[in-house]
Amino acid sequence: MKRLPHPLLTPILAAIWLLLNNSLAPGHIALGLLLGWAIPLFTARFWPQTVRIRKPLTLLRFLAVVLLDIVLANLVVARLILGRPQALCPAFLVVPLRLKSDLAIGLLANTICLTPGTVSARLSPDRDFLLVHALHAPDGDALIAAIKQRYEAPLKEVFEAC
Amino acid sequence: MLEYLLSFLILAGALFTFIGALGLARLRDFYTRLHGPTKATTLGVGCLLIASSVYFSSQGRGMSLHEVLVTLFLFITAPISAHLLAKTALHLRIESLAPPPQGDQSDTREAGSYTEIITPPRPPERPLPEERTR
Repeated sequence: MKRLPHPLLTPILAAIWLLLNNSLAPGHIALGLLLGWAIPLFTARFWPQTVRIRKPLTLLRFLAVVLLDIVLANLVVARLILGRPQALCPAFLVVPLRLKSDLAIGLLANTICLTPGTVSARLSPDRDFLLVHALHAPDGDALIAAIKQRYEAPLKEVFEAC
Repeated sequence: MLEYLLSFLILAGALFTFIGALGLARLRDFYTRLHGPTKATTLGVGCLLIASSVYFSSQGRGMSLHEVLVTLFLFITAPISAHLLAKTALHLRIESLAPPPQGDQSDTREAGSYTEIITPPRPPERPLPEERTR
């Protein structure tokens, strides 16, 4: 058994512990690090793949893009809801996936759900396609291309070797 | 000055949450309704959380950062619930306004399976109540 099965999880769990307590006291830092060390150790079986972030800067830029998209797309969806519901053209889109790792696919599905106007509805059993429901997609292919370029490409760079 | 900012954030948050709820009432099928409450609200709740964080930090008892955690948990859980609702709806074959996806022409098996999942099932061939005999 490795001492530190997931080196990334430890600081994240410690940071969450500090946020939960809203404190930076040395005692809490020590306890947070202890928890961050112990929890990955006991839950190692649930996380068979070791996560490695290859390009932290790309990840930061990806997060910024997602935050901006959440704000912009919320405005768009608000306008769509207030407009005429009859004018909407909802669509199911099949997004072919280039991502392979569980975490990256999970993050992509999560991002698609977070940016309003699209919900990821189903992952095909062989993980090659993601079925996405879009609230208003007059041009489905353009939306698929946007998802692949804006979200999938950075995730691929960050979590998987190119 | 701070009060104006906080009022604006709270009102904007309430407005977006309201629009999300309105989507639930106005939109016309299950899948589109899913979009309103699960996501037009992310910005609404975000505004409310920023207001909360700014207010409690300005009270002079140090920073209030619990809201960061609320945002984190919300951003993890809300998409998962939306995804599961959509997936369940597909499995129950709830009718959709959206046409079933065409799929990749080279992979008809995939397209076929999606079409099969999305199109509503035929009504079960049960005898009508008056035909039933005891």
